[in-house]
Order: sequence, then structure tokens, then C-alpha cells
Amino acid sequence: MTDDTRIASRAHHGPASAAAPAAPAAVHRRGRRRGLLVIAGLLLAALAAFVWSLSAGALPVSAADLLAALGGAGGSMETDIVRSLRLPRAVAAFACGGLLALAGALMQVLLRNPLADPYVLGISGGAAVGALAAIVTGATSGWIDAGAFAGALGATLLVFGLARGDGSWTQTRLLLTGVIVAAGCGAAVALMLSLAPEGRVKGMLFWLMGDASSVSQPWPALLLLAAGLVAALPFARELNLLARGEITARALGVRVGRLRGLVYGLGALLTAVAVTTVGSVGFVGLIVPHLVRLAIGNDQRLLLPAAALAGGVLLTAADTAARTVVAPIQLPVGVLTALIGVPVFLFLLARHPR
Amino acid sequence: MKMDARPPLLAAERLAVEIGHRQVCRQLDFTLQAGDTLVILGRNGAGKSTLLHTLAGLRDATGGDVLLAGQPYASWPRGHEACLRGLLAQSQPDFFSATVLETALVGRHPYLGRWDWEGPEDEAIALAALDAMGLAGFAGRQVPTLSGGERQRLAIAALLVQQPRLYLLDEPLAHLDLHHQVAVLDHFQALAAAGAGVTMVLHDINLAARYASHVLLLDGEGGHVSGPARQVLTVPRLSAAFGHPLRAVADGDATLFVPA
Repeated sequence: MTDDTRIASRAHHGPASAAAPAAPAAVHRRGRRRGLLVIAGLLLAALAAFVWSLSAGALPVSAADLLAALGGAGGSMETDIVRSLRLPRAVAAFACGGLLALAGALMQVLLRNPLADPYVLGISGGAAVGALAAIVTGATSGWIDAGAFAGALGATLLVFGLARGDGSWTQTRLLLTGVIVAAGCGAAVALMLSLAPEGRVKGMLFWLMGDASSVSQPWPALLLLAAGLVAALPFARELNLLARGEITARALGVRVGRLRGLVYGLGALLTAVAVTTVGSVGFVGLIVPHLVRLAIGNDQRLLLPAAALAGGVLLTAADTAARTVVAPIQLPVGVLTALIGVPVFLFLLARHPR
Repeated sequence: MKMDARPPLLAAERLAVEIGHRQVCRQLDFTLQAGDTLVILGRNGAGKSTLLHTLAGLRDATGGDVLLAGQPYASWPRGHEACLRGLLAQSQPDFFSATVLETALVGRHPYLGRWDWEGPEDEAIALAALDAMGLAGFAGRQVPTLSGGERQRLAIAALLVQQPRLYLLDEPLAHLDLHHQVAVLDHFQALAAAGAGVTMVLHDINLAARYASHVLLLDGEGGHVSGPARQVLTVPRLSAAFGHPLRAVADGDATLFVPA
């Protein structure tokens, strides 16, 4: 047993202990600075996405006119188009992209599963059933929103109630219940699509793919995005612990039950509002948290705000592209998020062989 | 049992623990003073981890009390208990990537306010713990690139970063090679000598005999034997508890237990 104490002795007077500590700590702090830089860059990108979204279209608006139009010196056609058509749409796309990405990041931690997204617990399925039922019966857009929100809420409560039937809900049980409820909703959606009158099927399909063109009230979604971030950030370090496992988190003093309830409720609310506003836009909630994670790591204190910003930027840009690339035809934005998101994600994944 | 002005670090009083309808222990009484090392032994499924989680305050007992420094867990302000006792849980899979240093810094959580970030002092503590576990050059590595044994030492380093007074270790030697098994146990022996309390679940009877001051032997049916290591570690008791005949081999002053 000659070198029993090699490890212990190295801690006290080994050559490594003097030199090593400074460098990795600097690396660690550089990682944090990098995260803050990425967030600052995303803020600039958000500004650029807004400028593009407000100026691009059948009637191009120059940057100077844009300022005048937003400043309220109203009357002209540019002002009308920017303020009553493009601004609500850009705000809705940004807010909902942010909501979905934030909800996706939260769900991935809650379920400790990188494949989780905001829809995995059946929320979008429930919303789709509610919204499509409203469309089939010929309801107005206000009732479609109400139906979507009620459906999302119903699915959330159903999954939560079923999953914790015996009081001890595990991630696997929650996930499986969510997947099954989502499958049931999918069947109901397919049934309604096949029974719906011809004239209403296109509206239903657009709703299902996600569409920001008919948003009347974008501001509640934006307010909720800000409120959701403010609610989640104080718990970000506890979420880091939860991502490493329940026992570890509890042993370090985290109230896991309360934290899970908060994350589940918040994730469900963010998703329900996003889906109610723009329909079930895919891929943003799954891919954006991963993109951000590849760029800045998995510290939720940086990841959550960065994901919210990146999701907003992606959906604003995608929605602008959706209404301009093949104008005058408008594409459903959900198709573009998938077309952009999938190759970008595969590219980044291939570059980071971890 | 020494009389001490300070309450024992950990005490169980008439403790009863069950999993489902299976009894892990009943009427369990012991005290763990600063400087003591208690090793829990028992066959697979005897409920050693469950008992350890109960002693860590993460699971309610069926009956009796667990006292951390004289107080039940419920009466500790939330989060304060994490500055006093730390738990090394059995390893769980990682689903998200993180660096070794980030992972070790997790142990600083109980000391940081809600809005605090880890500072240079926290980093120094984490680097010292990594160094103590032979992971000095690993700070910037991604955890998924580590071997099983390296991950286990990282988990122990994260526990050291927590700097508790009471260490509860669930199979701390899992995945470790012989050299690191002894080095880890030496490290905790030194911590105990410096005033910490250590409770650990082990499978190696001979390492238990070498490092334990006290032993708790679970028979898997709710019964137990506990006391100073020399009194508990006897051939008839160990044979009965593990359901396999053992014999003792004298090795100088020490006794080695080998399967018969």
C-alpha cells in the first residue's frame, strides 16, 4: 500500500494544486460571460427581427418611415399597415416563440428528458381539440381562442390528475400519461378533420400547423412571457439541481414537490397561451432550448432568458419569411420553423460530438 | 456512548422504517458523535438506501425520530439542514451535459442566496475538492466523457464542496478501483478525525472492519444488530445477516472475513 495516500497528499503539496486552480475557474467565469454575451447578441437579433418583420412585405417600409409610423404621426397607409397589421403579428410571433421555447426548457428539466417539448404533456393536443371543435361549429375567432385555451387547460388537468393518481408521480409516469392523452387528442383531431365540411378544413389545418396571421390581441402573450421569465428565474439554480436528479436536489435543500408544481403549472400556462394565440407551432419548443444549450451550456440562469429570446427571434423571422418568400401566398409559420429548425439543429449536433 | 455538552450529530430513537409492507428496521436506537464512522451492512434489498434516505431527512419514518444535531428535520429552517448534513446518493444517469467544475459547484447551493452566483471562493472550494478526489486536471471536461469511477469521484467531490458536518454515503465505493476505494475511505477517515460524522453503506465487510467505529447490521427482515464494530462483526452474525457462511482468518492484529 505504498501509494495509498497519493490522492490525499496531492491536495496539500502536489505540483498540480498550485498551478491548476486559477485556469479552470477563469474558464468557468468566461463561460458565464459568454452566456451574457449570447443574451446581449440575442437582444440585438430580436431588434433586427422586429425591424425586418415591420418593414418587409408587399409594401416595403424604410427604416425612417418605420420610426415615424411607430411614433404615431399617423394617417398614412404605411402607418396603418405597420401599426395595425405588421406590429401585432410580429409581437405575437415573438411572444409565442419565446413562450414555447421557455416552456420547452422548463419541461426538459421537469421531465429530465432532452426529448421533452411543451406539447409532450398533451397541452397542444387538448388545445387543438378545443379549437377545432370551435372551427367545425363555425364559431368566431374569439370562441376559437376560448376553445383552444379550455382544451389546453383540460388536457393539463387531466394529465396531472391521472399521473399523480396514487400521489407519487414520477417523471416516467407523467411522460407516459401525457403521451397517451396527446395520442387520444390526435385521434379526436383526425376524426373532426374527416367529418368537417370541406370549406372549413383549410382553416383547421392552418390552426394545426400554427399561424400568426389572424392574431387580434398579441400583448397578453408578450406580458405573460415577461411574467413567466420573472417567475422562473428566481428558481433557476434550483432547476439546475432538479436536472441532476430529485434526490440530489432534495439533499441540497430544494423543495422538489413545490418546485415541480410550479414548473408544471408555469409550463402549462405558457404553452396554453402560446397555442391559443398562434396555434400549435412545432419544433420551437424542442429545438430552441437545445440550440441555446449547445451555445452556452445548461445553466438555467442563462438558458431560460436566452431560450426565451432565441425562440422569439426564430418565430418572428420565420413568420416574416412565411408571409414574404412566396408572396402573395402565405405559408403557415409552423412549416417554416420545422424547415429552418431541423437542418440547423442537425448541423449543430453534428458539430458537437458529445 | 459519551456524554457530551453538544447533542450528537445524528441520533435515531425507536426508529421504524418500512418500504411498502416490508420492514427495514424497528426500534432502532443509535447516536453518532463527531468523529464516529458508522457502517451500515446488509444483503441486497435489506433497505440500506431507504434507511440512509430516512436518516438524511428525505423520507418519513414509519415511527420514531431522527434527530440531526438534536433536532428533528422538520424543525430545521428549510435549507439550513443542507449546510449540516450531506448525502451521496447512488449514481443517477445524467441527461444533460455539464462541465466537471459546474457539477462540483452544485455543492455550494445551500450557501448561496437566491440571486447569488458562485464566486471565486466557491470555485476555490470546488477545485480543492476535485483535487482531493484526484480530478485536478478535469475541471473543464464534460461529465459524459468521464468513466464510471471518475463520475463517482466527482459526485464525492460535489459532496465535499457542500462541507457538511455529517456525511451520509450510499455505496461510496461503487465503480472505484482498489486504490481509489482506499483513498476515498482514508479521506473520510481524516474528515472524521477532524470532527465530522460519517455514516455509510458498504458491501465490503473487510473495509468496514478497517474503517468503522460502529456497525449497523440489517438482517433484511426488520431486525438489526448495532454497536461498536468489533462487537457486531462476528462470524455468526455476519453469516446470518448475509445468508452465506463466512469464516474469520487472522491477519496479524486484524481479522479478515472470507466466504466459506
